Amino acid sequence: MTAPSTTPPDTTTAADRPSSPTGPPPSDVAVSVRDVYKVFGRRPVEAIRRLEQGASRDDVKVLGTAAVIDASFDVRRGEIFVVMGLSGSGKSTLIRMLNGLWKPTSGHVLVGGTDLAATDAKQLRALRRRSVSMVFQHFALLPHRTVLDNAAYPLEIQGVAKAERREKARRALDLVGLGGWEDSLPSQLSGGMRQRVGLARALAADTDVLLMDEAFSALDPLIRREMQEQLLDLQQRLGKTIVFITHDLNEAMHLGDRIAVMRDGRIVQIGTAEQILSDPANDYVAQFVADVDRTRVLTASSVMVRPAVVVPVSGGPRQASRAMREAQVSAAYVVDRQRVLHGIVRDDDAVAALRAGKETIGDLVHDGVAPVSPDTPLAEIFAPAAESSLPVPVTDADGRLVGVVPRVTLLEAMVPADQPRTGEIDLGTAPDAVASTEGGAA
Amino acid sequence: MTDTLVPRIPLGDWVDTFVSWITTTFRPLFRFVKDVLVGVYDALDTILASPPFWVVAVVLAALAFFVKGWKLALGSLVGFVVIAGVDQWGNAMDTLALVLLSAAIALLLAVPLGIWAARDDRVSAVVRPVLDFMQTMPAFVYLIPTVVIFLTGPVPGIIATIIFAMAPGVRFTELGIRQVDSEVVEAGHAFGSTPGRILRQIQLPLALPTIMAGVNQVIMLSLSMVVIAGMVGAGGLGNDVVAALSSIDIALGFEAGLSVVILAMFLDRVTAGLGAKAPVARALAATRA
Repeated sequence: MTAPSTTPPDTTTAADRPSSPTGPPPSDVAVSVRDVYKVFGRRPVEAIRRLEQGASRDDVKVLGTAAVIDASFDVRRGEIFVVMGLSGSGKSTLIRMLNGLWKPTSGHVLVGGTDLAATDAKQLRALRRRSVSMVFQHFALLPHRTVLDNAAYPLEIQGVAKAERREKARRALDLVGLGGWEDSLPSQLSGGMRQRVGLARALAADTDVLLMDEAFSALDPLIRREMQEQLLDLQQRLGKTIVFITHDLNEAMHLGDRIAVMRDGRIVQIGTAEQILSDPANDYVAQFVADVDRTRVLTASSVMVRPAVVVPVSGGPRQASRAMREAQVSAAYVVDRQRVLHGIVRDDDAVAALRAGKETIGDLVHDGVAPVSPDTPLAEIFAPAAESSLPVPVTDADGRLVGVVPRVTLLEAMVPADQPRTGEIDLGTAPDAVASTEGGAA
Repeated sequence: MTDTLVPRIPLGDWVDTFVSWITTTFRPLFRFVKDVLVGVYDALDTILASPPFWVVAVVLAALAFFVKGWKLALGSLVGFVVIAGVDQWGNAMDTLALVLLSAAIALLLAVPLGIWAARDDRVSAVVRPVLDFMQTMPAFVYLIPTVVIFLTGPVPGIIATIIFAMAPGVRFTELGIRQVDSEVVEAGHAFGSTPGRILRQIQLPLALPTIMAGVNQVIMLSLSMVVIAGMVGAGGLGNDVVAALSSIDIALGFEAGLSVVILAMFLDRVTAGLGAKAPVARALAATRA
């Protein structure tokens, strides 16, 4: 049920996954953070000089508190960028520099191309009204105002006329499922509902960028999960640029198109959930991700392997049986010229057909295991994998076979990366025994 | 022994010289302040003291009814009847006029100062010891310079009362604003609100219950000071209390004192009731209901 919402809305996100080294073009970047330091204390400049030379946060303690050290990243338009770290890692300070609530001690923050350092107080307020809204950990609602007036607050600040702002606020409340609660006071609502008001308020502002500071951390686990799903659902419809702060790794992995892991003020790794899980930058990240529910984060595409045997639907039984014999398998996937999956053929059927002198294997094809998409979380592949001894086929949107997930691979994927994997070599180098012209086509 | 070790510091003489100096230098200003205060006080006193007893009593009881309910209204009415019964009604109204005027001026000064102190740590650091001084200096010490400057009558009483009663107004305002959830203030900034608007729409409304507690304190301190101001002929219940003290008149002292108590309870309950009517306080009460 979670599959549709976790699927990226378009192909750009998936295409971006391998992360191009040159970086995206500027028009594609909503928020850009360049060499940002934030040091609280008496001698921040001296502290930064030492930090640049490689000193740690503890080394410069006497000079000041280094909250954020040398942060650089780009948030792309329309993505959910999660900043994950434990308390004290500097993530809350970092997000507050994205809308100028804090000024960086050095470095630059660009929002929609505007350098916040170059704005005066008035321009900064205008930018916040127009471009960046925020959702807070403890909701930060005005207790003396109704839900509707809370949601309308940013519009009021923007100077929108009363009738219009109420209408827009009403729509934002409908969007988060709070229609009918307009006249209640925040104190009459549950925590989850209050945060929905906070979300509606941020959405009513209708800014491109949405900052979410531990937005779901104060909620019960069940409500939190619900809110995450709702956010993903809304994101699919609205396509905002979201910077989401959390200390919860599972939340980060679930929501983030990309994740920045912070530790002691530094960003130690930026990557997709799968990259961080399967290729942690250091021991800290590895340890951190050790007990994450990998089956919800890893998707079929990250563990699938090339199928051992693929036979063409137009081929004959001789070709099929020979291919299976060479690969020592008892069944093979059948594809057509476009590599669209047709089903499976069994070795005993192929041999019988050969003896009967049949020309093609067309009528031997079974349905086999139902295919899954490359974005299916591993958690949802267990059921089909259990139904058959054959690997689960993975097909793209056009039904083309892009890989298979053997059961052993599925089990292996649950083992953290720092533990040795066995058997990978055999599977990874298994010969692509396709005995046809389509064979080996990338 | 001390007179040989530590030379006598003529601090008192300096203050005396200083007070004499400002008395002569700012004579026109003090003249003006005195005229204004006397004018406003007379007007207020006329409104409270000139109508028949029952009219004012009923109006005050009605006020109690609107801010709190019929119980307070009834209690107030009984109290007022007792005051009138011991023949202190005129004095009580004089005192009420003094209290209202002093407290109003004290708040007019205290609330902005409290806001300023809440927004600027340096201001807070300066204001705090000054407030300590104002609050702990024995109350009637203020009366001496004010009498020198303004002579006797209600004005020195009002000035001394303002100085004495101002402190909690500043403190509670500062505390109230500083206690406002920083995340809510941050939300105001994050959506691009101006600092002035944040003050009006977020900080003051959310601080209002605390500020109202300060208002209550200011009024109660004003009342206690106004009685002491009877020593300099400020008028009202204080005069009778001082007279009873100097003539050891137990009967008069008790009657005037009881009237002060009744007035104090009335003012306390009404201002507390006003505090509970603040939007934030009502919003929170709505949850409990």
